[in-house]
Amino acid sequence: MSTIVSLPDQSTATLPKVSYLNKEYGLKSWLLTGDHKRIAILYLISITFFFFIGGAMAGLIRLELLTPASDLMAADTYNKVFTMHGIIMVFLFLVPSVPATIGNFLIPIMVGAKDLAFPKINLLSWYLYIAGGILLMTALISGGVDTGWTFTTPLSTHYLNTHVITAGLAVFVAGFSSIFTGLNFIVTIHRMRAPGMTWFRLPLFVWSHYAASILMVLGTPVLAITLVLVILERTIGIGVFDPAKGGDPLLFQHLFWFYSHPAVYIMILPGMGVISEVISTFSRKRVFGYTAVAFSSVAIAVFGFFVWAHHMFIMGVSNYSALVFSLLTMLVAVPSAIKIFNWAATLYKGSITFETPMLYAFGFMGLFTIGGLTGVFLGSLGMDIHLTETYFIVAHFHFVMVGGMLMAYLSGVHFWWPKMTGRMYPEGLSKLAAVTTFIGFILTFFPQFILGYLGMPRRYAAYPPEFQVLNVFSTAGASVLGVGYLLPLLYLTWSLKYGAIAGANPWQATGLEWQIQSPPLTENFVETPIVTHEAYDYEWLAHKTEHDEVETVG
Amino acid sequence: MSEPTHHEQHIVTPKIYLIIGATLLVLTGATTAISYVELGVFNAVVALAIACIKASLVVLFFMHVKYSSKLTKLTVAAGLFTFLVLITMTMTDYISRAWGLW
Amino acid sequence: MDSHALAAQTSETGHIEHAHPPHLRHHFETVEQQREAASFGMWLFLLTEIMFFGGLFCAYLIYRNWYYPAFVVGSHQLKIWAGTTNTGVLIGSSFTMAMAVYSSQVRNRAALIGYLLLTIVLGTVFLGIKGYEWHDEWEHHHVPGLNFSVSDFVHTSAAYPEDKPLPLDMAEKTQVYFSLYFAMTGMHALHMIIGVSLLIILLAQAWGGAYTDGHMTTIENFGLYWHFVDIIWIFLFPLLYLISRHQ
Repeated sequence: MSTIVSLPDQSTATLPKVSYLNKEYGLKSWLLTGDHKRIAILYLISITFFFFIGGAMAGLIRLELLTPASDLMAADTYNKVFTMHGIIMVFLFLVPSVPATIGNFLIPIMVGAKDLAFPKINLLSWYLYIAGGILLMTALISGGVDTGWTFTTPLSTHYLNTHVITAGLAVFVAGFSSIFTGLNFIVTIHRMRAPGMTWFRLPLFVWSHYAASILMVLGTPVLAITLVLVILERTIGIGVFDPAKGGDPLLFQHLFWFYSHPAVYIMILPGMGVISEVISTFSRKRVFGYTAVAFSSVAIAVFGFFVWAHHMFIMGVSNYSALVFSLLTMLVAVPSAIKIFNWAATLYKGSITFETPMLYAFGFMGLFTIGGLTGVFLGSLGMDIHLTETYFIVAHFHFVMVGGMLMAYLSGVHFWWPKMTGRMYPEGLSKLAAVTTFIGFILTFFPQFILGYLGMPRRYAAYPPEFQVLNVFSTAGASVLGVGYLLPLLYLTWSLKYGAIAGANPWQATGLEWQIQSPPLTENFVETPIVTHEAYDYEWLAHKTEHDEVETVG
Repeated sequence: MSEPTHHEQHIVTPKIYLIIGATLLVLTGATTAISYVELGVFNAVVALAIACIKASLVVLFFMHVKYSSKLTKLTVAAGLFTFLVLITMTMTDYISRAWGLW
Repeated sequence: MDSHALAAQTSETGHIEHAHPPHLRHHFETVEQQREAASFGMWLFLLTEIMFFGGLFCAYLIYRNWYYPAFVVGSHQLKIWAGTTNTGVLIGSSFTMAMAVYSSQVRNRAALIGYLLLTIVLGTVFLGIKGYEWHDEWEHHHVPGLNFSVSDFVHTSAAYPEDKPLPLDMAEKTQVYFSLYFAMTGMHALHMIIGVSLLIILLAQAWGGAYTDGHMTTIENFGLYWHFVDIIWIFLFPLLYLISRHQ
């Protein structure tokens, strides 16, 4: 049952006189703000900054791998570059990407609240993020780290003479920023919902953020204590992970992956929330199997705590334990597949249009499916022994994290850009960027599956000459991908001043955030909304617009 | 759902605090005393059982969980659950290693 | 504005005008909602603390089973009277903190100040005794990494003549016991120091008349934190001092 909605004429739309953007002026009004929308913008700017630094590192890696010999940089420089790429992308981009920017902006509006439950803690979380970022940049400038983003002991505690402590502290601090974001979301979703906004009327975006927040709150502290122990071991030489004193380096792996496996769900779940919103909006249909999609988010979060040792199959864990973890790993495929199938079923007989966010969402569905299925290969014990620590695994997690999460992030940024800024992005250019990203991505990472299967190990600056052809493909793809990421940076910045004025609800979407002006008021709603309709109720929206013109000025 | 629920905040009386505080002190004395008695593996069992009782008393009365909403109880339970997951799933490795010291 | 229409659709009863109490922040509808949100937020924070210490407890469980003899002689080096006294002191401070929350609830400023002061004193006494123990362990060369010697464990100890000397490789493993001992008590003491510092701030504010005017969320939440730190110690005490005494 789909409703065809004609999009509103945007030539008549005007920018509202008062919004969160122009209520106050000056640097201080931004740096000391309690407004979740302004903090989201602060996060958006800083995350973009770190993304491009991490991206530059990726560029250097690909350039080095253009030729078989280690000729662009020395092998230990290469180690530092891929370490910094990993730490920046994981802790400063992927973990906060959707939650801290789009989530921060939208969760309060979607539940019908004026702000997050703890605005000051929200601001504190941004400052902690920045502190973590500065610490990491200090480590980078003062000589770098070469442990890999995993801080593997005893390499990190005994054998390296680089800035492990600074980088460890950076991740520790950034971790607290993530804890506070998650804590704020959980309290807001539990306690700040508007009258009538029951759990099963919440947009799926909120559900997936709720699941991710649980992981942030319960997982991150284990990483924190692990890093504290690593730092103590490096500074004063306590012996919890040191085999010379009786410690077990594998315990470090257990504790590290207890966080870092759920962390990949922290990264992907919010992206899945974005995709649910976008797919529903551009097929003008309620998400198929709403309840199943909602609970699959929670299921991913819960299962996420039971599978971490699949990162350790070749490290000497017990075979029986590996068997258990392998079986449990297969379980995660179930809720992930539920989501993909339900999105596909949502598209079925929908009135599909191909706006930019939808293109990115299609990219997500395809690439995430490949990434997820290769994850099942890697979760099988026999395959893992052949494939782990090769480029297959690099390709696998880049398909999930870049092909999945980054696509979802860009989809979300485009989808809500009119809401955040009040202006449209240029449609033609952005479609070009979406297609470029997709092509560049496939060209970069698909050859790496083959390389990995053929046995090219990860984390080496040099490789045998017979792998060169595929590596050249990959590097060429990375250049295309780089263009695909630079384009949005340019045209979105351009659109801040010159973009067409969007109006309140340019997509005719049903979420509460689309029923208020763009950009919203500081307090989001003039009056607390009372929710009487289900999520994604396009009938309700159609009737609502019949009676009542969509206005842009509050 | 998010309609403000006006349940009166429960005030625990000083008398209950006093009883709980005294019980905790008695249990502390008891656990120290028992540690001098040779019980084999049960030394650890008894000591940890007493610690669990003490912790439950603090959580239920000093931290008011006995009088709190279901949500608070659920939060406490979620913490314990995840902690147990960390321990048991790690243990699956340590107790079954071919080369282990278990 | 659309939310107008949205609100108007069903809410004939209208929006209740609240008489805004001074401590009600603008984004909450009622004081009750604000109080519940703050309390729930605090509990979630304690959840992170459970997992923070959880990693250490997990490590303790594994290594105690691996290096049982080393853990036995290691724990014999601790002073059981100091541990027991400290447990008592901390339980006492939890009691005074609970009473401080009660005083705040019944709006008794003098009692609130008194109990906060008592809590600070007891917390400081705990840290003092802990510091004394650490100093003693330093003197005995039991600090792994910085100042460690196996000599106490490869010879018969005067305090525990029934302890047989350990072979050298097991004696080395006492470093794991002491690493965990210092990591656990150190992290706990860090929480205590943060707690006492916050208590001093709360005391100053209570002196100025805060928390006895019906707004006591901060005191209640701090109480939760303080009791949580107490609970961690309630488990550290038997694990580190008691359960290996007799074997």
